[in-house]
Amino acid sequence: MSGEPILMLYSVHKSFGGVEAVRDLTLSICAGHIYGLIGPNGAGKTTVFNLITGVYPCDLGSIRMADKELTQLKPHQIVRLGLARTFQTIRLFANLTTWEHVRVGQSQSTRPGGRGIFSLDRAHKKRLKEEAHRILDLLGLWEVRFRKASTLPYGIQRKVEIARALGMGPKLLLLDEPAAGLNIQETEDLLKTLGKIYELGITLLIIEHDMRVIMGLCRHIFVLNFGQKIAEGTPDQIRVNEQVIEAYLGKEE
Amino acid sequence: MSSYYLDLFSAMGINILLALSVYSPLATGQLSIGNAGFMAIGAYVSAMLTVHLHLPLFPSLIAGGVFAGVVGVLVGFPALRIKGIFLAMVTLAFGEIVRNFFLNFLTSLTGGAYGFRGIGNRPVSLFWIWGCVAFFLILFFFLSRSRLGLTMMATHDDDTVSELIGINVVHLKVGSFGLGALIAGIAGGLYAHYYLYLEPEFFNVWQSIHMVLYVIMGGMLTFWGPVLGASIFTLLPESLRFLQDWRGAFFGAFIIGLMIARPSGLLTREILRLDFWLPGRRGNLG
Repeated sequence: MSGEPILMLYSVHKSFGGVEAVRDLTLSICAGHIYGLIGPNGAGKTTVFNLITGVYPCDLGSIRMADKELTQLKPHQIVRLGLARTFQTIRLFANLTTWEHVRVGQSQSTRPGGRGIFSLDRAHKKRLKEEAHRILDLLGLWEVRFRKASTLPYGIQRKVEIARALGMGPKLLLLDEPAAGLNIQETEDLLKTLGKIYELGITLLIIEHDMRVIMGLCRHIFVLNFGQKIAEGTPDQIRVNEQVIEAYLGKEE
Repeated sequence: MSSYYLDLFSAMGINILLALSVYSPLATGQLSIGNAGFMAIGAYVSAMLTVHLHLPLFPSLIAGGVFAGVVGVLVGFPALRIKGIFLAMVTLAFGEIVRNFFLNFLTSLTGGAYGFRGIGNRPVSLFWIWGCVAFFLILFFFLSRSRLGLTMMATHDDDTVSELIGINVVHLKVGSFGLGALIAGIAGGLYAHYYLYLEPEFFNVWQSIHMVLYVIMGGMLTFWGPVLGASIFTLLPESLRFLQDWRGAFFGAFIIGLMIARPSGLLTREILRLDFWLPGRRGNLG
């Protein structure tokens, strides 16, 4: 695998009461690839996202991004390092329009001149607006930019979430089941969109149950079961991995 | 202007400020029903400064507002852990603490239950009140068009996701709570130096609830909502005087009717957006 690692998890543990949600998880994400994170229900996939973004503190282990230790940082500090995510159940801001979702994503941008409350740098403001325009075009949301996002159809709402995440200008985008609830047509559309996002130079880590998405897009796949990584490799390697087949289908007697 | 209208428009200006003081924390999702407490702090602090230290009016008003704002920030930090109806209860209790403080302490300076008299040296005029209203309206206008305003709306809708898009939710919530307290404090100072008399009983829970009602009636998703709500609440009861004994009942019925007809308040962001009014525009986007 080429590219330098932009995110490293080293021996990460997380328990909720007596339940070990994530056990001794080590994985590394290199820039410029599309990664898949799969596993049966309850395997701890979303917990991994929540640990990376600081929603839950880690019990043990280390998470590093751009030579910074994330486990001691607050969520807003972590995402400002160039991380963005979407949510398994869509979480949009109930009163904001599509356009405002992208703009609020940009509001904490760490790009030069991007911070500050009343930024007076007109050139920078203009650049951000143009970028918001490009993001909406990329996702085909320009037509609905003035609509309250919470009133849009489900498939479009998923795209608004991605648009908000892209507004943050991430190096690494974490997508939590982006195809959940989408029909075949919408899923095809999503695959194309994710391909375009990848071409922008953004690294993707995707949790997904839809194998068309995973096998069609991902260069490298991590498989979780009961909070542990049971396999990783290319789609072809994963397809024939016995432990993976066992985790999904059960053991033959 | 006759003194009747002078009083009416002064009350309206002060009520607009009080409505904005509730709107500020509410804009980030924090309901405070203790703002009469912050108003009392501003009123008593500024009155003590002008009466006992003979300070000019302007610095006294500012000092009262800033003092209330600092107390607001101190209350705002522990309040971060509490949400919704529980936060409302905490702020309500806070307001009662302040009222009881001025009832029982510093009574040699403030008169306690007998009331604070003799604030007559430096009275405020209509000009002072509406000057403050204009200042804060301009502030909220620019805030509503800024990135900061957008992050406040996002935090109002979902503070967890706001944190995850990089917004420092703690600063934002404590800041908006403190700003609300500061505005309430300045409104209190203006009240003290307009009516020239204070008593702790005035700053009771009812006062706080009125402030919240202005915002809920007017609409809480834009700062014009509280302005309209406070204006109507000041003017309507006056214009209903001809109803005599039925006035209170009619006004109550009006509130119920309004909440049924417009549950999000009179003004919403859609109404204020220009393209809402342009024919065909909405259809194109729908």
